[in-house]
Amino acid sequence: MKLRRLPLNVAALGVLVVSVFPVYWMVVTAFKPTRDIQADTPQFLPLHPTLDHFRTAVGADGFAQFWRNSLLVSVTAVVLALAVALLAAFAVARMRWRGRKAFILMVFIAQMAPWEALLIPMFIIARDTGMLDKLSMLTLIYFIVTLPFTIVTLRGFLAAIPAELEEAAQMDGAGRAVAFRRVVLPLLAPGLMSTSLFGFITAWNEFAFANALIIKNQDDRTLPVWLSSFSNVFGTDWGATMAAASLFMVPVLLIFLVLQRRVTTGFIAGAVKG
Amino acid sequence: MASEAPQPPGNLLSAGISVPSGRRRPGAGEPSHPGSGDAGGRHPSAAARPSGVNPRRRRSGRGAVRTIAAAWPYLLVLPTVIGTAYLLFYPLLRSVVISFQHFRTGELIRGGAAFVGLENYQDVLGSAEFWTVVRRTLVWTAVNVVLIMVISTLTALMIVRLGRRMRLAVMSGLVLTWATPVLAATTVFQWLFQSRLGVVNWALVSLGFDSFDGFSWFASGQATFAIMVLLIVWQSVPFAALTLYAGLTTIPAELYESARIDGAGAWQIFRGVTFPMLRPLFGLITSLEVIWVFKCFAQIWAITKGGPDDATTTLPVYAFQVAQSLHKYDLGSAISTLTVLILLVVLVAHLRRMYKHEGEGL
Repeated sequence: MKLRRLPLNVAALGVLVVSVFPVYWMVVTAFKPTRDIQADTPQFLPLHPTLDHFRTAVGADGFAQFWRNSLLVSVTAVVLALAVALLAAFAVARMRWRGRKAFILMVFIAQMAPWEALLIPMFIIARDTGMLDKLSMLTLIYFIVTLPFTIVTLRGFLAAIPAELEEAAQMDGAGRAVAFRRVVLPLLAPGLMSTSLFGFITAWNEFAFANALIIKNQDDRTLPVWLSSFSNVFGTDWGATMAAASLFMVPVLLIFLVLQRRVTTGFIAGAVKG
Repeated sequence: MASEAPQPPGNLLSAGISVPSGRRRPGAGEPSHPGSGDAGGRHPSAAARPSGVNPRRRRSGRGAVRTIAAAWPYLLVLPTVIGTAYLLFYPLLRSVVISFQHFRTGELIRGGAAFVGLENYQDVLGSAEFWTVVRRTLVWTAVNVVLIMVISTLTALMIVRLGRRMRLAVMSGLVLTWATPVLAATTVFQWLFQSRLGVVNWALVSLGFDSFDGFSWFASGQATFAIMVLLIVWQSVPFAALTLYAGLTTIPAELYESARIDGAGAWQIFRGVTFPMLRPLFGLITSLEVIWVFKCFAQIWAITKGGPDDATTTLPVYAFQVAQSLHKYDLGSAISTLTVLILLVVLVAHLRRMYKHEGEGL
């Protein structure tokens, strides 16, 4: 029995190594002294760990500024999307009205929109309206990119909360808004949390628009664009480059840890079960 | 899962996929989960309440009150409609309009672009370069999607058969890959395949392939194309494999047992039981991967900008090059429009099915 499972476990080990190694190699390189990075035989363990590369990365020109830009743009876009989506999701999940189907169709079209095809018109519109090289333009784009899926997911969460709960609160004399705030919002909190975190990751990682719309004003770049030009920043200093990439990944990793259970069981299983 | 960050589950939720739920894993059916509840509109109490009007208020209501109450849903969706109109439909429309204009640097600065009819499309469709890019994009999409689907299916089938601890390890590894931001991945892959210090060249030389000593991957078109495929597949497999695995766990064990009693082999079981049960899921994931790979831009632009020798120039990259580097915004817009049309043709079957499902599911 044990022997029969051997090929299976070897294959599993192979998948594990292939999926983990690049990330492992990034982190290990970031902690190795330059001497070890440039050794003829790669050193697979950080035998002489050092923080030098992280110091170089953090000390690089504009590092703090780009972090601030990325955080500002992502957080603002997500908060905006959440607020707007909550209203729309409520209207879709709790109310019947003429045009509801058309609205839902619009949201689905927006969700499947070929955003990459909008690079050129967005550039031209930004230029016409004086929004080129502005973080606010990026914020608006990330807002609209994350909005459709935020509406769809929140609608799902809302639909799962029985309307009777709200009605009971309303019977007790609470207004519709109060009933929503006291009864629905607390139940909705986990949904709001995971939806916004997914939105945050999308905005945090976005490269194409940030690359196309922030051109002259280099101080307004976001982390992905800065990272894409690492050879200009760090030259051939691979330790510092890997340190910068590792730091960029930290917030995303933290979010995945927070959402871990949902990511691996809830979301996927629930998504399939429909 | 090629060009986007960890893809939110919204796409799946909206797809109306239904897999018969038999053997469900514990914890999979949280009641608070989206999709587990009835779709909002069909909720019995919501249906009984006409046009979102609070019954109490309506009973005492005069006409004015009723009008205000009936306006509520429209006020609630107004911000979404305005945002989508201005930031999605207007740019789309603008792009199409520009593709029928003469729009170069001059028009960008001064405005007043003139309409030229189909001239841009004639230019684009008449150039051999465009058709080379189209062919390359189709090859790029086919190679990536086939590899992603085969590897994901095998991985999912493998995970189901693993012991508890190994399964957790493999799934955590896949989630880690999934969580890796695109730009972190592109940076690491450039380091892995670095010519002098890269660990891949070292491994290949150690295995006896001496010609890889100092081999510069990013100087050769084919080698760069191969690395890009590897990167996309590496980033895309986790989502597909984990979703397929979740689908596999919903297939009732009795089906497998009866197939085994009938003497079916592993391949026959896959063809006769697994694949038919998961056909909608396979269809959905394949379509999503086609979309993501076809319009993939960030990875290619960050590593190669379409080079070397245009070996990695796919349609989205080509459109951006023409517009941004050559300042031919009109031709770039025409290419973008054609890109969307080609993608629509490729996905027409999927879209038809999606639309049917959406219509029922809501």
